[in-house]
Amino acid sequence: MTEGATTVAVRPTEGAARSLLAFRGVEMVFPNGVHAVDTVDMDIAPGEFVSLVGPSGCGKSTLLRIASGLARPTAGEVVLNTGHIAYVFQDPTLLPWRTVRQNVELCNQLKKLPKAERAEKARQAIEMVGLAGFENRHPNQLSGGMRMRASLARALTLEPEVFLFDEPFGAIDEITRERLNSELLRIFRTRAFAGVFVTHSIAEAVFLSTRVAVMSARPGRIIGEFDVPFPYPREPELRSTPEFAALTGEIGRCLRSGAQ
Amino acid sequence: MTSIIATMAPAEPVTFARQARMRGYVTMGGPPLIVFALFVAVWYLISYGLLSERRRFLLPPPHDVVSVGFLDWHNFAEILAGLGSTAAISLAGFAIAGTIGFTLAVVMSQSVAMERSFYPYAVALQTLPVLAMTPLVGLWFGFDTFSRILICSILALFPIITNTLFGLKSVEPSQRDLFDLMKAGRWTRLWRLEIPAALPNILTGLRISGGLSVIGAIVADFFFRQGDPGIGRLLDIYRASLETERLYAAIICSSLLGLALFLTNTLISRHVLRNWHASAHSKSS
Repeated sequence: MTEGATTVAVRPTEGAARSLLAFRGVEMVFPNGVHAVDTVDMDIAPGEFVSLVGPSGCGKSTLLRIASGLARPTAGEVVLNTGHIAYVFQDPTLLPWRTVRQNVELCNQLKKLPKAERAEKARQAIEMVGLAGFENRHPNQLSGGMRMRASLARALTLEPEVFLFDEPFGAIDEITRERLNSELLRIFRTRAFAGVFVTHSIAEAVFLSTRVAVMSARPGRIIGEFDVPFPYPREPELRSTPEFAALTGEIGRCLRSGAQ
Repeated sequence: MTSIIATMAPAEPVTFARQARMRGYVTMGGPPLIVFALFVAVWYLISYGLLSERRRFLLPPPHDVVSVGFLDWHNFAEILAGLGSTAAISLAGFAIAGTIGFTLAVVMSQSVAMERSFYPYAVALQTLPVLAMTPLVGLWFGFDTFSRILICSILALFPIITNTLFGLKSVEPSQRDLFDLMKAGRWTRLWRLEIPAALPNILTGLRISGGLSVIGAIVADFFFRQGDPGIGRLLDIYRASLETERLYAAIICSSLLGLALFLTNTLISRHVLRNWHASAHSKSS
């Protein structure tokens, strides 16, 4: 792992120059006058995994909502070079009356995909997140971690090229969270999407990402960007290396400088 | 040795389980039975202790009520027939109120303008004293079955509207976001998200309305005297002729009717929500 710190981040796909998702001078002022986001410019290229860290209420989630089209920026624009986008919410957002399988099939059902096709995609996604055998459970029969896996599987059925994560593991205990981090990386390596990941945890951000963007307190701006040089696949032991500690420390300092 | 263990082993837990289950029945059924015994005791005490023989008709002792009202087949058959008529009216009223109430709630949930236009009148309907309306309903629609059903459904309508509307509107924002992301249309959203999410509330509304529809049918019996006599009509006849044993029997039967409807609704509700809603797992409702 020690030589990892000096290696340039591996980009799984070619054509990194073309950005899949770009924020151009994006600004967001809510109707109630809250200035949430202040001119954000950022490019996310194929194969990149970018984490957004910042203090609570700095507009991280707002940026994701803007990227997904759920919210319109008051200034600037978002350029999205793909139709395949998926969004994982803060809470699993499963429909409690549906089984795991039915929940995972939901998105493609709403897209009116043929039954057999969406069943096959759901099967693959359920297997990928390690929920095989739990297809017929209802959400209230699952642990918090398993619900999040189901939510992840549902997003995966859309075969996203851009994958937005709004603090998905925030409510999950540390041990489960670290395991889910590793599994998310495995999925990232197999599916080769571009990820944008919002989190409060610097360690989580560094462990997952090719790049970490630090945002200031409201109105949110990007006040620092850090390339994460550790090559994939990343093992959990990476978290206890001095290089990892050095980088998280540096990001932490940047975060505090902007938190006021 | 092993064979003995093998045959012995399962026997033990089974007896324990049976004992535990018996204890469960006793703790479940015990308290209400004690209350019932106390109730009967107080009833006897009033009948024989408080009332002189001349005034005993005000509260005839329980065994007289049972023997006259329930064991005399001619009397009991009359009550059963009245009960059947009232049950039919309340089921019809309940079905109409359910259909109209659900439809109105869905329409109001789909547009703020619709909600603003109709909701005040739904509330006004609730505050309207139904008793005050009954003479008018009689004049307009006659004193027959139709008016009985109408009164019954007016009374049962409001809880279905409010509960359904509340349920349809309290879908979690993130679930709405999900359907927004998938660009789901209005009907898809209604059918796949809002109605299922509102199901617990809809069922609560139906449960309340079920009880109200029985009350509505009995009240209507008093006013609309054409057609088959319902239980309400019998209550009035027994009162007029001071046949209090039969009066009490009829009262007991009409409350059993309400109870039966409530229990049916509870069972349906538990069955529908068995896999996902906390209310289906609680011990009492």
